[in-house]
Amino acid sequence: MKVLEINHCNKSFGDNEVLKDISLSVSEGQVVSIIGPSGSGKSTLLRCATMLETMDGGDLIYLGDYAAKADAEGKAVYSDKETLQGIKKHFGLVFQNFNLFPHYSVMKNITEPPILIGKRNKEEVYAEARELLKKMGLSDKENAYPCELSGGQQQRVSIARALAMKPKILFFDEPTSALDPELTGEILKVIKDLAAEHMTMVIVTHEMSFARDVSNHVIFMDGGVIVEEGDPKELINNPKQERTKAFLSRFQQ
Amino acid sequence: MNFTVIMQQLFGGMGASLLIFVLTLLFSMPLGLLVAFGRMSKFKPLQYIIKFFIAILRGTPLMLQLLVVFFGPYYMFGISMPRWYRFGAVIIGFSINYAAYFAEIYRSGIESIPVGQYEAASVLGYNKNQTFFKIIFPQMVKRVLPPVTNEVITLVKDTSLAFVLTYEEMFTVAKQIAAAQTNIMPLFVAGVFYFIFNAVVAFVMERIEKKLSYYR
Repeated sequence: MKVLEINHCNKSFGDNEVLKDISLSVSEGQVVSIIGPSGSGKSTLLRCATMLETMDGGDLIYLGDYAAKADAEGKAVYSDKETLQGIKKHFGLVFQNFNLFPHYSVMKNITEPPILIGKRNKEEVYAEARELLKKMGLSDKENAYPCELSGGQQQRVSIARALAMKPKILFFDEPTSALDPELTGEILKVIKDLAAEHMTMVIVTHEMSFARDVSNHVIFMDGGVIVEEGDPKELINNPKQERTKAFLSRFQQ
Repeated sequence: MNFTVIMQQLFGGMGASLLIFVLTLLFSMPLGLLVAFGRMSKFKPLQYIIKFFIAILRGTPLMLQLLVVFFGPYYMFGISMPRWYRFGAVIIGFSINYAAYFAEIYRSGIESIPVGQYEAASVLGYNKNQTFFKIIFPQMVKRVLPPVTNEVITLVKDTSLAFVLTYEEMFTVAKQIAAAQTNIMPLFVAGVFYFIFNAVVAFVMERIEKKLSYYR
């Protein structure tokens, strides 16, 4: 079963064509990493997939439900609001800058969305949230506020917040780029644990060795196109395209 | 007229000033939020109309606005208003003037919330109303508290402008007594009253600010 399918996605900001005919699909349990230089369009692709940006052209499909469908000219036509709200339940997103709600405690950050949006039972949600916090090693922080936590702790809370909605697929937009190397390690470990539990994930990252170790599929993007994709070890250790080689040479020591 | 009678009259005026103050805040604070929404509307005509009215309300004296609200119905439309309209005009004039200021303060607060907050809420499935009332509004309140305190303190002193409609608030009463008695004491008493009033306002606002300082 394909969890996510993107067909022929195009996106421009004014005259600047950021994504050119991108297609990608993610199956259940798959971990896909997207790598590439800054400005290559990888974050925009993630933002299109999570509907923070609207695609100009192409299809966006979650579990068979169309969020956007290309018309005869290829222009993306989005479904009605209600359908889109339903589709949003399928995915979660972890931001580079965490974007926790600063006026809420850790517990409320995690529990409000399932209770308010998911209309779920309060006790049940709280119990699950405590489980998630335990898993993230943050059991003692449930009453803390985001400003009292380190960057790594905040990012773990934001992963817990996304997981509390029980998404079918979880997106990460450079989850460690705002963290120092020590804190980066703790986040990467959490993501590795999720991969071991067969969580379906798409990760935009600059951590090459991490991408190689954790994912089943790697996509290298540059200039708004997918330059090369395939098996992580193969692509990162023996890239075929010149552009990929040039990019990766700076990471390989 | 002895001292106790003077004080009694002044206390009556204080009550009237307090009433203007409370009612103006009660109406102008929510109204300001509506005006701020209009000012930020994506519907351009509405945005420009609101912008125009804010410019008028901030660009002309409040005293003049009070006179227009009070005399306008009669001079412009020939409608004679009932007796209570003297007080009504004071409240309407103050409320719309302060709403214009509050609207711009709210707007600055709303626009200062990082876009990431909207994005996080959107991905989690919050709709527009939920995003505003659960996520944006509480954070806005904290951010706008210092400039709102400024406005509230100004309002305490501005209530004295109701004298142009000879509405008997504190300042009007004090001025009348001072003139009748050729004694400056009532004006000093009025000054002390405004000062204490504002000390209380500042204290209360500081408490609220402290209460909201649990997060950054």
